[in-house]
Amino acid sequence: MKKSYQSLEVNSTNNMEQVTRRTLGKNILQLSFILLLTLSTSLFAQEGDPAKGKTLFNTNCASCHNLDRKMTGPALRHVEQRLSDDHGLDREWLSAWIRNSAAVVKSGDDYGNKIFDEYNGTAMTAFPQLSDQDISDILAYTAQDAPKPDPATEAASAGGGQAAQSGTSNKLVLGALALLFALLAVALILVRKTLNRFAEAKGVEVPEDQKGLPLWKAFVQNQFLVLVTCIFLLLASGYFVYGYLMQVGVDQGYQPVQPIHFSHKIHAGDNGIDCKYCHSSARVSKTSGIPSLNVCMNCHKSVYEYKGETTAEYSKEFYDGEIKKLYAAAGWDDAEQKYTGETTPVKWVRIHNLPDFAYFNHSQHVTVAGIECQTCHGPVEEMEIMYQHAPLTMGWCINCHRETEVKVKDNAYYEKIHAELSKKYGVEKLTAAQMGGLECGKCHY
Amino acid sequence: MSSNKKYWKSVEELNDNSSVVETLKHNEFVEEIPTDEFLGDKNSLESSKTTRRDFLKYVGFSTAAASLAACEGPVVKSIPYVVQPEEIVPGVANYYATTIANGFDFASVLVKTREGRPIKIENNSLASTHGSANARVNASVLGLYDSLRLQGPMKGDSAISWSTFDAETKQKLSAVKDSGKEIVLLTQTYASPSTSKLISEFKEKYGNVRHVVYDSVSESAALDAYQAKYGERGLSDYDFSKAETIVSVGADFLGDWQGGGFDSGYAKGRVPAKGKMSRHIQFESNMSLTGANADKRVPLTPSQQKVALAKLYSYVVGGSVSGDLPKNIDEAVRKAATQLKKSGNKAVVVTGIQDVNAQTVALEINEYLNSSVFNATTPIKTRQGNAKTVANLVTDMNAGKVGAIIMSGVNPMYTLPNASDFAEGLKKTDLSIAFSMKVDETSSLTEYAAAAPHYLESWGDVEIKKGHYALTQPTIRPLFDTRQFQEALLQWTGNSTSYTDYIKDTWKTSVLNGGSFNQALHDGVYVNNAPVSVENTEIETEEEETVETPSGNAARALASSVKSASGLELTLYSKTGMGDGQQANNPWLQEFPDPISRVSWDNYLTVSKVDAEKLGLKNEHVATGALDGSYADVTVNGVTLKNVPVLIQPGQAKGSVGLSFGYGRTAGLKDEMKTGVNAFKLYQGFNDIQNVSVAAASGMHEFACVQLHNTLMGRGDIVKETTLEIFNTKDKEYWNAIPVVSLDHQETPVTSPDVDMWDEFDRSIGHHFNLSIDLNACTGCGACVIACHAENNVPVVGKEEVRRSRDMHWLRIDRYYSSEGSFEGDNEKKDNISGLGSSLSEFGEMEHPSENPQVAFQPVMCQHCNHAPCETVCPVAATSHGRQGQNHMAYNRCVGTRYCANNCPYKVRRFNWFLYSENDEFDYHMNDDLGRMVLNPDVVVRSRGVMEKCSMCIQMTQKTILDAKRDGRQIKDGEFQTACSAACSSGAMTFGDINDKDSEVAHLKAGDRMYHLLEHVGTKPNVMYQTKVRNTTEA
Repeated sequence: MKKSYQSLEVNSTNNMEQVTRRTLGKNILQLSFILLLTLSTSLFAQEGDPAKGKTLFNTNCASCHNLDRKMTGPALRHVEQRLSDDHGLDREWLSAWIRNSAAVVKSGDDYGNKIFDEYNGTAMTAFPQLSDQDISDILAYTAQDAPKPDPATEAASAGGGQAAQSGTSNKLVLGALALLFALLAVALILVRKTLNRFAEAKGVEVPEDQKGLPLWKAFVQNQFLVLVTCIFLLLASGYFVYGYLMQVGVDQGYQPVQPIHFSHKIHAGDNGIDCKYCHSSARVSKTSGIPSLNVCMNCHKSVYEYKGETTAEYSKEFYDGEIKKLYAAAGWDDAEQKYTGETTPVKWVRIHNLPDFAYFNHSQHVTVAGIECQTCHGPVEEMEIMYQHAPLTMGWCINCHRETEVKVKDNAYYEKIHAELSKKYGVEKLTAAQMGGLECGKCHY
Repeated sequence: MSSNKKYWKSVEELNDNSSVVETLKHNEFVEEIPTDEFLGDKNSLESSKTTRRDFLKYVGFSTAAASLAACEGPVVKSIPYVVQPEEIVPGVANYYATTIANGFDFASVLVKTREGRPIKIENNSLASTHGSANARVNASVLGLYDSLRLQGPMKGDSAISWSTFDAETKQKLSAVKDSGKEIVLLTQTYASPSTSKLISEFKEKYGNVRHVVYDSVSESAALDAYQAKYGERGLSDYDFSKAETIVSVGADFLGDWQGGGFDSGYAKGRVPAKGKMSRHIQFESNMSLTGANADKRVPLTPSQQKVALAKLYSYVVGGSVSGDLPKNIDEAVRKAATQLKKSGNKAVVVTGIQDVNAQTVALEINEYLNSSVFNATTPIKTRQGNAKTVANLVTDMNAGKVGAIIMSGVNPMYTLPNASDFAEGLKKTDLSIAFSMKVDETSSLTEYAAAAPHYLESWGDVEIKKGHYALTQPTIRPLFDTRQFQEALLQWTGNSTSYTDYIKDTWKTSVLNGGSFNQALHDGVYVNNAPVSVENTEIETEEEETVETPSGNAARALASSVKSASGLELTLYSKTGMGDGQQANNPWLQEFPDPISRVSWDNYLTVSKVDAEKLGLKNEHVATGALDGSYADVTVNGVTLKNVPVLIQPGQAKGSVGLSFGYGRTAGLKDEMKTGVNAFKLYQGFNDIQNVSVAAASGMHEFACVQLHNTLMGRGDIVKETTLEIFNTKDKEYWNAIPVVSLDHQETPVTSPDVDMWDEFDRSIGHHFNLSIDLNACTGCGACVIACHAENNVPVVGKEEVRRSRDMHWLRIDRYYSSEGSFEGDNEKKDNISGLGSSLSEFGEMEHPSENPQVAFQPVMCQHCNHAPCETVCPVAATSHGRQGQNHMAYNRCVGTRYCANNCPYKVRRFNWFLYSENDEFDYHMNDDLGRMVLNPDVVVRSRGVMEKCSMCIQMTQKTILDAKRDGRQIKDGEFQTACSAACSSGAMTFGDINDKDSEVAHLKAGDRMYHLLEHVGTKPNVMYQTKVRNTTEA
């Protein structure tokens, strides 16, 4: 699943639109539900529909509640059963609580106050719009038993096994072929030996090889050939030595193992999170900034498990384990839903290392020039493990400066200089190089 | 023929019967060489399996392996915040307004922080007073990262916790209280409303408490005089920008006189505008920064200064005084008086004579003149110490009257002349505590050494001038387990509020007058013109009896107090770089060349040439080109400072010598920084004028002086000068002509393209940066030098390397002396030289500065020539020109041929002879993790073998451009700055874009006074100078 990446401005406006549309949709949905339900309450009595309940649950409750897990609010599976069994509270109490929990708390209700205190005095959002039927639907949904482990995962792991098997069979075929050829070679030698023996026995003269000059001697004697070969060898080795030396210190493809397996593919690709949501300082600073853990926790407070596609290597358990690592580092107690204060900063391995003497500023490229992150960082949204896409050599920088046109539109800074310079060079659009982007001192100070 | 040469091994060979020679003859190696130990053990030698070949193989393989391994890049870790503070964006600097108030320097400043680390001090333009940072304040940020700082409270030699400290001191304090003995608080001048209030609360709680304010360099006489006259302890305020005539008698008001901070006002009045500039007449003994800037400087001994001041009074105000002056000085005083009277209320007299009568005379003359420069209604509060109470304290301590002494911000064991008495007295106290950042001379002797924070980690408030308040706020979380003196006072008084809240309360109740605290904190300053009733009276009421009162007729008393002095008179002064010595462990300041003597890493006895010859003292240049000077023993009232290095100072008054404070520290600093001699030992009775006897001592001292050629040799085109009269009456061509060369026997100006070797590039598009330096406004204070150090990560190389002329300053302030009475005289003399005989003798003479020379300062950095000689000779094109006028230097490209430095006519390129960071040979701030925190992350730290130089702060201009691009706007004039131009509070340095025709720098470039350094070379620099104009018109 590939996402197209627009520049910041376009992206943000898109988001805005999406947001408005979504809220609009939500409103319509709620409105229609209310209409529908007020009409239908009388028709369908207390019997809840789990399917409808699921939709309702996901719209209204899921941001704070989960069926099996404590989040901002308590886990809700079999909540009705539990309440009536443990606390003797009936549907009526539950409805009152859902519609206006604050009132229940205020009325001095014992259990209500207990829950209120347990969740740090966070009042549950009131849902006066939910009808009795809605509530019974939701409760029907919560009353369902937990599903058995997903057979899909097992299938996936089995599939992985098959892939591995096919790998081995390839090797086997190749091995067999090699063996066959070896046997053939042996057979040929044997045949030749036998024929020779026959010839000897029959007294056939096997013609002796004409003892001419051996090839290598002829070669050595031909000085021209030697010279040419030497030159060729020297040039070839020079080429390879040069190639080797030029890649020293160039870490293109550098893909270190990180302390937490962070998948850019899941975040930027599957979920389409904008790069600059996490790397926000790229807009204003020279560094793009590795997001601090509180940025991760903005989402991961509620995203506690991985629900996307998995492979054998990267299973759900694996990803969930990585999220656990994040929780440990940020000091987040997932069970209690609170910070413990015991934090351990994550020591990421830095991938893109520019030498000290080269000054690079992200904001110049990201905000001013509007260059997409992928231009230099490659298809990050497809990278399961992040690696260095570009060589980050000076030649690479300069090449881009030569080819890239300066984005001057709607930027008052460029108005005068662009008008004058483009007249001077006789071009419509100026490249970064023409703006002075090749001067040594622009990057080296 | 065989050689008859005899080779000498040592002087001992002259002595026929020397035993040393005998032994050497028989035994070449005096000490036994331990070969037996090495070869004797045959067993182990044979059993060893490593043959020589094996050894070589191992070496070979390991070298190969090491070089292969070096091809692998290192693994770099990147550790983000767990919770990133909202205001911090990595890579973006934050600025905070705060105030330094260390008892010697008081200034409202801005602190630049990166990722939470303070890295640079800048001027606070919002401050109406003391808003400019001098060289020491600029350097103070490095003190935060001093590796020798006290990291927690100490009891003797062992570290203790603050809770133990609290428990023990509280108990001891109450014991002292019960015993009826006195508790003494010995502090620096805080001038802090909240601290005063705290101290009075402390007094209330403990009863028998005495608060002694101690200024290491005392302004007691001026304070007493002011107090006697105006009833309040303070120092009168001066606004020199309003002055038409300034007469100073021994006042170094561009230096540290009465707390300093007057230079920006002075500089404003020195720039000729509408044909007018101030005239400044200086009477002094030592050649000071102020004297160097004066239009007329009269050298005279300190006792003559007193008479001169008294006479000045009599000539201006009337009355007669006794005392004689040499005829020429008397004439000068008379003329000064005429000038003063002529300027009327635009004239001002200041004096630095530490005598209550002298100070009163100056106040009276100003009152008589009704001087608008002088302001007695808003006294400056930055000095409050009283010399007598400090002296009394030492006596009382020795008498056993003092039960407990708590010190903060002072170092009496270093700054007291009778430090040994103080040490004795300290032993007689039951409790002694020193709040100190270091284990210094004092805190190493006290029972408790309480680790104090740096001002960049502290809270505080100051009333710098009456009604002018400033706030100190922390710019970083305390690096160590430290506590402020005020926090401790709160603890002792049983107050559980934090000092922060305490300041807030104090300000809300008695300072802000309804203003916003947050706004004041943001601005760093707050001006309250309404009278404020802060409990600041405690000092005054107590010390009434110790305040000296001037006699009825101060001038007469002053003149008659002069005794005929025998021998030399010593004037103690504080140097621009070191001040009172608090920051002696600061390598930037140690390597800062003194503006006058250009000597770094030392203090020295300044002696006039005549006296030096009389005493047999010498200065000489040695083979390496470095300066050496004789040693002298200096004795004051039986106290002798041995082996004081001697520097022959042009302009030093005959019969006088000078010595600066701030050096000779012995504790709390690295060995490299233990330089100079401690002049406080001679500071008897807190009088900076002492009668001394000087005797030559044996040996020569090695100075680290960065300028060895002191005169201009009549080359008037280097520092162009003219007089106000000529400036006003003649054309520019007369006093600031463009040099001409001959082209086809026609005089052609060098600026003409016809005589240019280079093709001109079009620089009219985009920005074109120029820096203008006004030689009239530049006082030579050196703030720019330190600001440049901090901004550009300029390394410190140490005394030895400076001696070898390997100093790394990107920006130097050249100081020139005239060889005749004036530079004009030099020019004439040079022009009149003809013939071999005359040139041989007279050029030689011109190398020597005059006895009382004219002085000129000229800041020189890379001139960023448009036709740069350095660029054309670089074999690897490491230095090249940018379109914006900057001469770029790509360090990573440089291979260190140094051709560029050889070809630079301005000698501004600096070569990294060594690796100066992370190198134990150069154990300065760049050699420890703490010290490296001050480095500017936007500028690379250069490595060995690389040429470097001023970049015209390209990182700053690039940032300004980027900010504008990001906001999508044009850049306004004044936005472009360099570190030096931003640090220059006197307005001497103006930086900007000359393609912006309305910019200030474009106007300056078109101005009449503009010239380029060595214009005839045709380098077309982007740095320009404004001709110096001297106001020589005598009234």
